[in-house]
Amino acid sequence: MNLYNISFNNLRRRKAKMVFTVLGLAIAISTVVTLITVSKAMNAEIAERLDEYGANIVIVPKSDDLSLTYGGMAVSGISLGAHKIYEKDTDRIQGIKNRDNIKIIAPKLLNAATIVQRNVLVVGVRFDDELALKKWWRLTGRRPGVNHEAIIGSEVRVKLQLGLQQSFDLRGETFVVAGILEPTGSQDDGIVFIDLKQAQRIFGKPGELSLIEVAALCYDCPIEEIVRQTSEKLPEARVMAIRQTIESKMEAMHRFEHFSYGISIVVLLVAALIVTTTMTASVNERTREIGVFRAIGFRQTHIMKIILSEAFLTCLIAGAVGYFVGVGAARIVSPLLLMNGGESSPLMNYPLLGGSLALAVFIGILASIYPAFKASRLDPTLALRAL
Amino acid sequence: MGNLLAMKGVKKVYDTGMECVAALNDISFEVSEGEFVAIMGPSGSGKSTLLSLLGGLNHPSAGSIVVDDIDVYSLSVERLADFRREYVGFVFQSFQLIQYLTIVENVMLPLAVSTIPRAEKKRIAIDMIDKVGLRSKTLRLPGELSGGEQQRVAIARALVNRPPIVLADEPTGNLDSATSQEIMELLGSLNDEGHTIVIVTHNPDNLREVHRCIRLRDGRVQNESIAHLANGIKAEEV
Ligand SMILES: Nc1ncnc2c1ncn2[C@@H]1O[C@H](COP(=O)(O)OP(=O)(O)OP(=O)(O)O)[C@@H](O)[C@H]1O
Ligand SMILES: [Mg+2]
Repeated sequence: MNLYNISFNNLRRRKAKMVFTVLGLAIAISTVVTLITVSKAMNAEIAERLDEYGANIVIVPKSDDLSLTYGGMAVSGISLGAHKIYEKDTDRIQGIKNRDNIKIIAPKLLNAATIVQRNVLVVGVRFDDELALKKWWRLTGRRPGVNHEAIIGSEVRVKLQLGLQQSFDLRGETFVVAGILEPTGSQDDGIVFIDLKQAQRIFGKPGELSLIEVAALCYDCPIEEIVRQTSEKLPEARVMAIRQTIESKMEAMHRFEHFSYGISIVVLLVAALIVTTTMTASVNERTREIGVFRAIGFRQTHIMKIILSEAFLTCLIAGAVGYFVGVGAARIVSPLLLMNGGESSPLMNYPLLGGSLALAVFIGILASIYPAFKASRLDPTLALRAL
Repeated sequence: MGNLLAMKGVKKVYDTGMECVAALNDISFEVSEGEFVAIMGPSGSGKSTLLSLLGGLNHPSAGSIVVDDIDVYSLSVERLADFRREYVGFVFQSFQLIQYLTIVENVMLPLAVSTIPRAEKKRIAIDMIDKVGLRSKTLRLPGELSGGEQQRVAIARALVNRPPIVLADEPTGNLDSATSQEIMELLGSLNDEGHTIVIVTHNPDNLREVHRCIRLRDGRVQNESIAHLANGIKAEEV
């Protein structure tokens, strides 16, 4: 028998008394859990789709020389500049502080070459990264392997009269067309893509790159920050952000998040009020009992402990109930809000469960301090009053 | 035997905000260790007030209360609670058991804030329940017991800390005469074991066990008498 037993037995044997506290707080917690779960799922969905928009950062060597253009952007003249970027620089990009936001790094080596008596832009790429970056590419044929296989744009096919599995000569080496791009409307249509390593070898530029395209998933950090960090790592390169529609999507997402926070705060405040009210009512109902405790020799702090332990236990239950109701509600709501139908969130998200319990207890204790204080100040002579 | 308990010039005025009620007026008396004292008097004469002052529940407006050489009301609020726990066991007219605690839990209540081991607390409580004759009902809830049984539990609870003083405010007020008699006999036997007991009572039948009777009227001591004299005049007033 200790003070905690008193609280525990009170709750155990008079369960009905705590229904309102549990209900009020559980509704609030479940609202917060639902909002967090849904907005997280929305974030994840956007993050997932973000890379479908391609690169949002381009890295080129610093140079004032003549330039070719790529993607409507000025790309420094090939091999003319004093500065160069190399394949190993891609590893340095992985070393920035926000490295987790970097989803795809697609290095490229650009060269003009003559194929079937025509000048064509030949771009060396890592096919895996390039295909990941350009999700909109529709390919007939198959993905090329590294050995003398190429992807050609739709214009190249027409102008060079090349078909699938046909071979062509590039600087004395024979390449096979493994895949043909369906028209993209971009200049990719006029390009021959081969493996980066092969390009470096054929054009005699081992390890060299013309540019690096980067897809950074930046729904919770400014793209400028990633650009800055990357620039620091690559002093001899120019790092540029490309504006994209993603930003407005992220903007909308953040609005929803802020809205969620607002709602959560209001709901939690209301819950705190409910807890204060029910705890005050419970204290008023128990004045005589508290008088007995005081007469028996419990200190004021002991009375506070009894009331606050009850609040603690009650709110712990409310937190657990709120968590499960919230997760359940999120499962119902998510499919309505998300494009991918809301891949159902896991039932047991332990950090979120822990957070719910902590939040419930924090609010419950905070809201019970005043009633507990009032209880501790009750007059001990109350015990003497006959019923 | 020396004085265990002394009241000197105690006044108590209740300020209800609208009026001031003088519940006690210049009360002085002493209780020796091992005494069994009854306080009698008509309703509103200040008996409960007097008892609450003796037990450290209620601050006097003037005067002092000294128990075992401690000036009770010079203690801080929390120390006053400690004083009650160590020195006083209360028994109330309406038993005041905690309804959601079992009999043994109720009896253990005063031990809840002590550091003695759990098992030991339980042993002490069960011994005490045994002493009041309720061994078979330790796991019941108070609502399942008769009034007399509940008062026995309350007495066990008052005694579990082995306090030198037991204060009882009309302990038989809610009980029939046969049960009242049993409770008084129980208190009498506790007194024989050395507990100093002060009870408030209306019932002259209860005076059989007591040594001394203090009569209050309008907040003053009307007379003190030794018990057998009090027994002799029981028919007159009260
Ligand atoms: N908390 C209080 N506030 C105001 N007045 C009070 C308070 N408690 C007692 N009184 C008044 O003090 C006087 C003495 O009350 P007390 O309860 O001590 O009488 P009592 O002798 O115990 O009466 P009873 O036999 O009816 O229990 C009464 O006039 C009562 O109205
Ligand atoms: Mg009274």
